[in-house]
This record gives sequence, C-alpha cells and structure tokens, in this order.
Amino acid sequence: MSRPSPLQAVHAELGATFTDFAGWSMPLRYGSELAEHKAVREAVGLFDLSHMGEIAVTGAGAAAALDHALVGNLSGVKVGRARYTMICAEDGGVLDDLVVYRLADEEYLVVANASNAATVLAELTARAGDFDATVTDRSADTALIAVQGPNAVHVVGAVCDADLDALKYYASVRTSVDGVDTLLARTGYTGEDGFELYVAADRAEQVWRVVTEAGKEHGLLPAGLACRDTLRLEAGMPLYGNELTAEMTPFDAGLGRVVKFEKDEFVGRAALDRRKDDGAGRKLVGLKGSGRRAARHGYPVVDANGTAVGEVTSGVLSPTLGYPIAMAYVATELAEPGTALAVDVRGSAQPVEVVALPFYKREA
Amino acid sequence: MTPQHLRYTDQHEWVADTGEIPGVATFGVTAYAADALGDVVYVQLPEVGARITEGEACGEIESTKSVSDLFAPVTGEVLAVNDAVVDKPELVNTDPFGDGWLVKVRHAGLPELLDPQAYAALTEEA
Repeated sequence: MSRPSPLQAVHAELGATFTDFAGWSMPLRYGSELAEHKAVREAVGLFDLSHMGEIAVTGAGAAAALDHALVGNLSGVKVGRARYTMICAEDGGVLDDLVVYRLADEEYLVVANASNAATVLAELTARAGDFDATVTDRSADTALIAVQGPNAVHVVGAVCDADLDALKYYASVRTSVDGVDTLLARTGYTGEDGFELYVAADRAEQVWRVVTEAGKEHGLLPAGLACRDTLRLEAGMPLYGNELTAEMTPFDAGLGRVVKFEKDEFVGRAALDRRKDDGAGRKLVGLKGSGRRAARHGYPVVDANGTAVGEVTSGVLSPTLGYPIAMAYVATELAEPGTALAVDVRGSAQPVEVVALPFYKREA
Repeated sequence: MTPQHLRYTDQHEWVADTGEIPGVATFGVTAYAADALGDVVYVQLPEVGARITEGEACGEIESTKSVSDLFAPVTGEVLAVNDAVVDKPELVNTDPFGDGWLVKVRHAGLPELLDPQAYAALTEEA
C-alpha cells in the first residue's frame, strides 16, 4: 500500500489520476497533462511535491558535517541561500542529487528525491556521526507545494508578505501564508520562475486552497507529476534514475562542477579524483528529432551505419516545442551540436540532431 | 460513458458493425483507454490494404508518458484509416467513440466481443 500525500483528499476532490511514485500515491495529472504543462509555461501551475524527502541537519557542526557528507561546499552557503549538490558513495557514484537550504548558521534543510530519501537519511546520519550535528527526518510532517510559472510571482505575492523582489533564485525566506508558517524558496524543476513552499503537513490543505484561490485570476491549474517530467526535460534538468545513477559520477553526467575538491576531505573524494576523467568517452547531450515519435528511456542511439553509439535517458514529444526531444549519453566524438544521429524507436531509425541543452529556456 | 450500440474487447477497444456496409467494421479505443493513456500525441495506424489479425498488434498509440500497441480486435483487410487522427492525435482523447475512430476493416465475421454491460463491468473492476 503506497503512502498518501497529506493533500490526498484535495487531489481526489479535483479528480486526479494517481500514480505510485517511490512508494507514494501522487497525482499524475488532473485533466490533460498537456494543458497543465502549458499552464506552467504560460501562466502558473500548482504542484504537490510532498513525496520529496526533507532532512534537517542542525547543530554547531552542521556545516562541517555536510561538507564531509556531500560533494559541495555547504559551509560556504550564506544563510537564506540554497545550493544544488550531490551525495556520492565512497566509490564516487551518485546516490542522489539534492537541494540544500541554509536556514540559519547552524540549521540546514536537505531535500532529497523520494526514491532516495531513505538512503540519503541513512547516509547523512552515519556521516554526521563524528560531528556535533543532529540529522532529523522531517519528511512525514512536511508538505511541499510548488507554484511554478511566469505568474507564480503574482500568486505567491498575493498570499504572503515576503519581499519577492528581494528573494533571488535559489534563496529562501520564512513567511506566513494564511497564518501558516512557511519556508518560501525561489526554486523549482520546471525551467520557469517559481516558488516552493514548505509547510507543516497538517496545514498543507489550507495553504493549497489559499494559493488556488489567489491563482484563479492568474490562470492557475493544479499540475501533476506527468507534466513535471516533461517540463524538467525541456529545461534540460537531470532526473535521478534516468540521467543520474549510482553507477556514474557527477563528472560522467557532465555535472562535475558540483564537486568541490578545494574543500577538505569528503566522502567519495579519492574515487572522484581518480574517476573524474573516466566519463570522457561519452557525454550527456540533447537530441532533437522531427515528426512526432519520441525516443524513450533506454532506446539505443545509432550512427549512420546503425551501430549503437549511445543510449537515451529521457525522451518525449516536447509539448512546448512540438518536436521530439531526448537526453542521451553518446560517444564524445559524436557529442558536438549539429551531429546527425538516429534513435532506434522500436526498430525504426528516427533521425535526430545533437543540440545544446537546455531545449527550452525562458525569456529573461 | 459506454455507448450501447458498440461491442468491446478486454484490450479496451470498441468495434462498430453497423450493418450499413455488410462485413465492414470500424474500431477505435474506448474513453477508458484514452483516459488511462493520458494525452495522445502520436498514432501509427496500419496501411490501407494490409491484413490485420485479431489479437495482434497493428499500430501504436503514444501518449506523453507511454507507448501502447494497438491490437486488432478483428481479422481482415484494412479498408480505411482515420488520417484526421494521425494529424490530430488528441481526437482519441476528445472523441474516442466518434471522430477519434481509428480503422475500418473488411472482415469475414466478427469474433466474440463484450457487450456494453460486460465492458462496463470490466472497467468498473479495474
């Protein structure tokens, strides 16, 4: 039996189709996922992301513990800011990609993917053992509501007093929404401007309804996980399990910039130093197709002779762009934008062109 | 929700044998199937003139999140396919029993199919 979101009743009321995701029952879509995708690109979408794992790391040694446990320089993050980072195994393999918020000098919030939340909690707890730091799982009592899209600023501005002009991308502030204590962050996974609201699970429904009401005049639609995936793919953002796995290092995924060798010892350092050039044989690229047939996770990428030269990690017919897009690992010599390749779509070679990521970038 | 003048398969296809043209049936997918698929974005249908065999894949339906085979509910020769659906796959979602029809087949007899009550019972269980 999968775990219900604290917003389960609201989703049911809205007629959501549910999907089982990492042990949670979450809304896949409410109506048309294409309409939800479009709402996020052109107006605003409201997501329940309560399946994400929230882990608090607190104490005088919290910063040092995270510097040891993660590949990034978390002690260097200013209070009120957030950082995209990763947690690696001793062998350098990626255990999860994370967003870490520094809420106070001695207080961090680590947000993990639902599928890896238990692993991240266990590893953080073990790795913090020698530090003056406490690791607390807050997932069960925390709901995460995301408001994403060009109109998100108007909707969020209408429900709280926070100074949104001052709230930069990857920054957070404590505020109140309809009397509910809220950690408001300008983060997201859609390629649009947007906000994420961390609230107590037992107040989530109230916050959801207040945001929904404020969103009425701004074209807000509730949006499910189906469009979350197509939005992040258009924005060229990696998904753990697709672009990132425990078999690869951050360098293999082209995300070596998150690894900070200049800091002290951290878990995975030796292996990452050794493996940082291993992935040089292949590269994560964007593929642009024509027609309507999308390549999917696991499909082979082939050259003109039909020889396999890579593998698709994610693919979809882009709702915004109207043509098929995919991310794939391909041989480095074929990774230059403009290179003509093909994807084997269930026995039929569909021509694709290597393009730079992201596929979609919002106008500044 | 389940039109009474149609017959159904447990693969969530509908079959119309109107009798207007003897031995010709039209088929498509049900509203239940369309809803389960999500927004349909690509439909591949058999060639006109092709032989299709009951229970075997004769095309594909892709939504944003999934790829599904289209199974022939009847054996016969393809007389026509719905080009409008190829151009506008969303017709499968908006009008699955009407403008979203998929294939017309000349057949030598329909197999045993579910009546509307049996099909409705099947989807209620699911």
